[in-house]
Amino acid sequence: MVQVAYCWINQKFKSIKDMECYNKLMENVVYALIGGVLIGISTSMMLLFLGRITGVSGILFQSFYHRFVFQNDSSKEKDLWRWFFLAGLVLGGFFAKLFFPQFFNFQFTGPLWLFCISGLLVGIGTKLGSGCTSGHGVCGIPRLSIRSIIATILFIFSGAITVFIRGAL
Amino acid sequence: MTKIISTLCGCLFGFALSISGMINPQKVIGFLDFSGGLGKWDYSLAFVMFGAVFFNFFVFRFILKGKPFLASKFYIPEAVKVDKNLILGSSLFGIGWGISGICPGPAMVNLSTLSPEILAFLFFVLIGMFLGHKLSK
Repeated sequence: MVQVAYCWINQKFKSIKDMECYNKLMENVVYALIGGVLIGISTSMMLLFLGRITGVSGILFQSFYHRFVFQNDSSKEKDLWRWFFLAGLVLGGFFAKLFFPQFFNFQFTGPLWLFCISGLLVGIGTKLGSGCTSGHGVCGIPRLSIRSIIATILFIFSGAITVFIRGAL
Repeated sequence: MTKIISTLCGCLFGFALSISGMINPQKVIGFLDFSGGLGKWDYSLAFVMFGAVFFNFFVFRFILKGKPFLASKFYIPEAVKVDKNLILGSSLFGIGWGISGICPGPAMVNLSTLSPEILAFLFFVLIGMFLGHKLSK
């Protein structure tokens, strides 16, 4: 963090010499903050217009549940916004990739079965815990919901332990 | 109208997740790696979370004083009790998140890459959700 501040001051007052330093600052702080605020704007708009909390895991489950299990014509029509939101997410990724391909400069590493296990745990966990990073973290903490604050602490903590164990193996 | 707004919001959310770095599993794992066992701790996602929470903290408060434009009421989760399911579920979610570095939002955004890892992940997320639904009943 000190390094970033130092780097920023350097950029401000000297010529832009150290491009690597500049890129790191942009990626780690500036784009992260802009992205965070845009996430805030998007979730606030959902609340303002639809009166809904933007929890991706909940939207994902409900859209499938209402479509294929709990079939009721009036709820089907009413719940269509969920499918449109999900389509928007994919579309947003598509546009970002089109205009800013540098943000997609990563690979999925590891065997496929690991992603299956991870998905299964994320699915069970978000259903039992009633939310994921967006619902509990981005929308729940600002409402000072005690459930969301505890959930966010727990999933960051258990995620950190998982990464720690993987690093030790 | 609700469809247009949700599509726009979804699009903005997906775009924001992309430029913030949340869709990059290596960055997520780097963020969860507080001890720095895999390299240097990647603090950038803390800025993402801070940006979103800080913005919503003030704006949600303001919005909730009025009424939603296109709905008759706000659909705010009513549960207040910290129960066993919340604790167990969030811990399991964290383990899954830590294994791959992917959570549901970024998984949807990454769907546009059509990589087999993402397709497998999302398929199993849905299976897990229906399992969790059965379990919680």
